[in-house]
Amino acid sequence: MTDLQAAWRDPELAKHLVDLITQAADRPIKLMEVCGTHTVAIARFGLRDLMPPNIALLSGPGCPVCVTANRDIDLAIELTHVDGVVLATFGDMMKVPGSYSSLQREKADGRDVRIVYSPLDAVQLAADLPDRQVVFLGVGFETTAPAIAMAILTAAQRGLDNFSVLSVHKTVPLALEALVNDPEVAIDGFILPGHVSTIIGPEPYRFLAERYHVPGVATGFEPVDVLQGVWMLAKQLHEGRAEIEVAYRRGVSADGNPTARARIAEVFEPSDAEWRGIGVIPGTGLAIRPEFAAWDAALRFDVTPPPPKEIPGCQCGEVLRGVTLPFECKLFGRACTPEHPIGPCMVSSEGSCAAYYRYTDYGR
Amino acid sequence: MRSDRVLLAHGSGGTMMRELIEDVFVARFNDEVLLRMDDAAALTLPPGRIAFTTDTYVVTPRFFPGGDIGRLAVAGTVNDVATSGATPLYLSVGFVLEEGLMIEELGRVLDSMASVAKEAGVRIVTGDTKVVERGHGDGVYINTAGVGVIREGLDLSSSHCRPGDAVLLSGTLGDHGIAVISTREGLTFGTDVVSDAAPLGGLVSAVLDAAPGARCFRDPTRGGLASCLNELASASGVSITVEEESVPVREQVRGACELLGYDVYQVANEGKMVAVVPGDEASAALEAMRGSRYGGDAAIVGEVAEGPAGRVNVRTSFGARRIMDMLVGEQLPRIC
Amino acid sequence: MCLAIPARVVLMNENQMAEVDIHGVTRTVSLSLTPDAETGSWVLIHAGFAIQVVDEEFAKESWELIKQIEWVDGDPAEVSA
Repeated sequence: MTDLQAAWRDPELAKHLVDLITQAADRPIKLMEVCGTHTVAIARFGLRDLMPPNIALLSGPGCPVCVTANRDIDLAIELTHVDGVVLATFGDMMKVPGSYSSLQREKADGRDVRIVYSPLDAVQLAADLPDRQVVFLGVGFETTAPAIAMAILTAAQRGLDNFSVLSVHKTVPLALEALVNDPEVAIDGFILPGHVSTIIGPEPYRFLAERYHVPGVATGFEPVDVLQGVWMLAKQLHEGRAEIEVAYRRGVSADGNPTARARIAEVFEPSDAEWRGIGVIPGTGLAIRPEFAAWDAALRFDVTPPPPKEIPGCQCGEVLRGVTLPFECKLFGRACTPEHPIGPCMVSSEGSCAAYYRYTDYGR
Repeated sequence: MRSDRVLLAHGSGGTMMRELIEDVFVARFNDEVLLRMDDAAALTLPPGRIAFTTDTYVVTPRFFPGGDIGRLAVAGTVNDVATSGATPLYLSVGFVLEEGLMIEELGRVLDSMASVAKEAGVRIVTGDTKVVERGHGDGVYINTAGVGVIREGLDLSSSHCRPGDAVLLSGTLGDHGIAVISTREGLTFGTDVVSDAAPLGGLVSAVLDAAPGARCFRDPTRGGLASCLNELASASGVSITVEEESVPVREQVRGACELLGYDVYQVANEGKMVAVVPGDEASAALEAMRGSRYGGDAAIVGEVAEGPAGRVNVRTSFGARRIMDMLVGEQLPRIC
Repeated sequence: MCLAIPARVVLMNENQMAEVDIHGVTRTVSLSLTPDAETGSWVLIHAGFAIQVVDEEFAKESWELIKQIEWVDGDPAEVSA
């Protein structure tokens, strides 16, 4: 498969797809790359340069780091101030600013914040440190939620009472509905997140096509994958169709991953969630079920973070909805740079602003 | 040496300190000037301009696959001197030791230093040791300063790159950074990748012999190739374009970067050299690199062009172009 | 939110854990979300878990199919790849 990974970076195939896209794009169309990892892939491989001018690629709110609400980060930070707490987190969250601070800054101030690659490492940490309270910051969409569900199930099975999860997980399909209903947002088609689709399959997106007549294609992350996804969307639009298709066939089966979905359903239930810059989108959160309340950090600890506040001038919300392009934000490249980020879109490794700033010369 | 670990008393200037220095340090470095244990080393330098550099090493963990903090400390400073086109001659070494550090470990670090110094033909002629309380100092911190004499007539500078110049890289990217992080808690993975820390004075010398018009050398340490090339492009007011396909990277390093979500252009290297030479000297320079001990995988990876000033581009395998940006802060493993 | 890397399962251990290989780098991951994975399977790994088994043959075929796409305006091409 090493060869196959290279195969999905084959320049000949890329060129072939670009020709097809150019043929099919007979009018200006706006496609949203929902997933932050797509934003990075497009920037990193310079794919925007290859697209015909009729195709505009907008970044969406698919960066779970970027859309974590200020108040949730503030809460995580407040937990690090509790005696005995070790906060374990994915590396992605370290630099993201909350209302007043970031996990990285708290760590520099002496709080016990540790980066793990897998939530199971956090469970093991709890086993290794019986006198401490290990709290795992659960961030991510459906791709990641099953892993955290397994972490909670594992902790329960091992009888670890010093492990808990602060769940700020979110789900994608209903968020896309909110975007489609947003009068400021005008999207002709969705490049659907490949690995979220690995878990949920294409079915949960059908309503976008059937109810709203907006096409979507579940797309992978190698350059050929992205181009294939764009081609399938351009073709649908040209032919006046609106369907949910799968380009990323090797990563997405017709039924997704039922085992993973079962684990999510076992441990989590839908709740309302606040998306940074967008507001509350009902039903898009994953809250830990009452049966697992013992591993829910939001219930275990009684802390009151200071009231959340937004930074004036920060346009992350508009960028996340595809209403504003990163370099159109007044702060982009001036007050807001990767060295001095104002909002999460610039600081997150897969934030749109960071991707634009790092890989392109827009707005410089 | 009676104690098996470093004690505060070993830093206080008395007999215990003398015992530490004589039994542990001097015994290994075994240099005639050092043995005099004067406050300052009296040296005669050959005529010419001197290159003088200093660096401090704080890497954790101090032992990692392929090396340790001692190897880094000597190779790093030797390489910095070498980038000026100077033959590294003398090093000073300064240690901050944490109370409780095992003498055996210290010995291993010093043995590494002695070994690299010998390979590089550089003499450790003066040093200093301090001991700090347990809980401060992470085991051992090392400062090294190095001095060498610049080849006559040579004027290398990062501001000398010109459109049409070739950019050479002496070998595979990312080995050191990946070797070190593979041992970090919570991220362990199995790999044969070892740190590339190595003294490159010989390599630089060989390239200068073959390509006397060389503009500058730089070692892509912290911040990786990205920092290095961005600094060169800025200093010279030119742009540099890298051909992604030409850049040598080990499969395992590629795999580790994919796993962690790292950008290989931003991962630290400790035994690699970037050289910018006039276009017509590129093949000769490449051959010289490939013929030296640590340059077997050397490649021409890019070209210097007009502008915009300070811009570093990457041409991806489809001919698409994107920017190679500099690292901000540290690279952290990511799942997004 | 989607960094998932293809890796080959090289050794199955207890508790549904396994060693996988990515370009020569090995790591221990959980196969609890992919009960069909076995030694030699290709899987996508994310945050320490395999989230999908990838059929190598199928992947190869789907790649070949992309190459074969031909499209003339007005002519519905074979697009499933």
